[in-house]
Amino acid sequence: MPEQPGRSAIEVRGVRKVFGTGESQVAALDTVSVSIRENEFFTLLGPSGCGKTTLLRLIAGFDFPSAGEILLHGQDIAPLPPFKRPVNTVFQNYALFPHMTVAENIGFGLEMLGKPKAEVKARVAEMLKLVKMEALSNRRTSQISGGQQQRVALARALAPQPKVLLLDEPLSALDFKLRKEMQIELKRLQHETGITFIFVTHDQEEALTMSDRIAVMSSGKILQVGTPWDIYDKPAERFVADFIGETNFLTAAITGMGNGKARATLKSGATIDATVAEGFQPKDNATVVVRPEHAKLTSGKGDLSGTVENIVYFGTDTHIHVRLDSSETFTVRQQNTRSAGCGFERGDKVGISIGNDAAQVLRD
Amino acid sequence: MESAEQVAKDAERREIRDRWLLSAPALIIIFLAATGPLLIVVVYSFLTPGPYGDVVWKFSTDGWLSVLMQRDIFDDTLAFADAHLSIFWRSAKLSFMTTILTLLFGFPTAYFIATRPARQRDIWLFLITIPFWTNLLIRTFAIQEVIRNEGIANTVLIKLGIISQPIQMMFTDFALMVGMTYVYLPLMVLPLYASMEKIDFRLVEAGYDLYANRFQVLRRVIIPLVKPGIIAGSILVFIPALGAYVTPRVLGGSKNMMLGNLIELQFGQGRNWPLGSALSLSLMAIVMVALLLYVRAVGRRGGAHG
Repeated sequence: MPEQPGRSAIEVRGVRKVFGTGESQVAALDTVSVSIRENEFFTLLGPSGCGKTTLLRLIAGFDFPSAGEILLHGQDIAPLPPFKRPVNTVFQNYALFPHMTVAENIGFGLEMLGKPKAEVKARVAEMLKLVKMEALSNRRTSQISGGQQQRVALARALAPQPKVLLLDEPLSALDFKLRKEMQIELKRLQHETGITFIFVTHDQEEALTMSDRIAVMSSGKILQVGTPWDIYDKPAERFVADFIGETNFLTAAITGMGNGKARATLKSGATIDATVAEGFQPKDNATVVVRPEHAKLTSGKGDLSGTVENIVYFGTDTHIHVRLDSSETFTVRQQNTRSAGCGFERGDKVGISIGNDAAQVLRD
Repeated sequence: MESAEQVAKDAERREIRDRWLLSAPALIIIFLAATGPLLIVVVYSFLTPGPYGDVVWKFSTDGWLSVLMQRDIFDDTLAFADAHLSIFWRSAKLSFMTTILTLLFGFPTAYFIATRPARQRDIWLFLITIPFWTNLLIRTFAIQEVIRNEGIANTVLIKLGIISQPIQMMFTDFALMVGMTYVYLPLMVLPLYASMEKIDFRLVEAGYDLYANRFQVLRRVIIPLVKPGIIAGSILVFIPALGAYVTPRVLGGSKNMMLGNLIELQFGQGRNWPLGSALSLSLMAIVMVALLLYVRAVGRRGGAHG
């Protein structure tokens, strides 16, 4: 997907957030800058405690940054209280008002904005239809299922037509099948409403399938921002490569650079071409990553050689774990066919060939 | 040999007997401590007062009639008398005010405690319960020490030159309200706190997020959610306030009588135990009706959670 420059909906500039004082001070966000475009499905991805929820709460206005600016369409909103920001949140456990009906929940934001009753009613009906909850509008929120609560939470947050919708791990409480359904539903809603979505999740698969762009976070920092394709195929740092999907790490010596590509000499002596992560500083020993499905196992000589240690059948594909002669481990993922076996057995001496555009040099 | 049916029947009989035996202590306590004394009060209210207190075992409805009427000592006719009714009304009014005042002071207090970090809350709650450790009479006299003419409040105000003459606070409704609010405040704070502690504060954030300002969040989100606590606290304050005895006696003086004092008077100097009993039962009836109305009015909505 080509990068289209667009107007930014949210611009985070050098934001720091520090909790606690003195010795126990913890920087939940360590000077983070990121620009989120209009009408974009943007995902903050990272393990728990990486600062993704903190960043979301700063944008929502529940917390205030210790330093830095947060611009919404060019205007600094960092000092505004949450009720003065045209930004709405879908909370992790929905936070629906238990003392109100489904319809009252959805209409709450509009009512607080002082919209006339007729307008609120019409908009609530429209929202109920959008999330397919017309039949349950007069139910209490305690009388509907988790998936339905999720829809109500979405409708409630979308009803006031916010400029940006924040979603804090909204799917984590749903079971697998419902989660898949809601992922598609969310994409549909984002497409239909044209609202910028900022989605927080720790689920890398969810991030890859739903997002236009992803920011991978760890320990209060954004490590990489890019399309799912960028993040998966061209990870910038070890953490990103490791957190998203499975990958093989190899140590290599960089013997030449040019045209955005590097020549990397592996421990086996083979030399391969690899793309280079942004910000890479030339050094003797770099880390090269190769995704398991981008390497091929051969019975002859390849770029690497080793012994098959384990073979795991996954239905769609087979994972073959190889102990390299350099004592590193390497996994190859091989598509299955209906003809029996993967062609290799434990203990086989094998070669591994790495494709032309299969390797990436990390910056750390 | 016994039939299986017989065995089953015996087992069932034994179980029923055991059940009664095991519940006996509870039943005895309920009867001796609750129902029994109440029955005595009911019986006494239909007897004739003895000359030196106590009762004479002779049926009479005079006790009940004197709640609202007065028998003329010359021609023995009954005439409506509002002396007791006005004390009833006064008690209800003051208790209602006490409930409102404890709610006004108790709500922010409970909210403050509920929003502290978990470890701090216990300390604050402990501080709230400290007054319970001191005898009620002593606490009431302590208030007297603050508000009497030569007390701390007046002395400070005079020393500061804000007033030149002490303000008469003792033996006024003001004194009563100060005392009652102070005494009953913990009974309001504790149930309110229990309700607030259960609030999911993300709901408060959701309110702010959906454009509700602080006041709207309070009115539309927090108050509906702590309604069970408001109901419980109001009941816990209103009922004992209605029958309050020590506080009106010490701070209100003999003129500003409340129901508790009126009832005490009948059993003491008044030597009219049947009237005292009838007044007590009337008080009970009022409390029950008030409770019923209150719970109906407040509990209609929001019954689905709590």
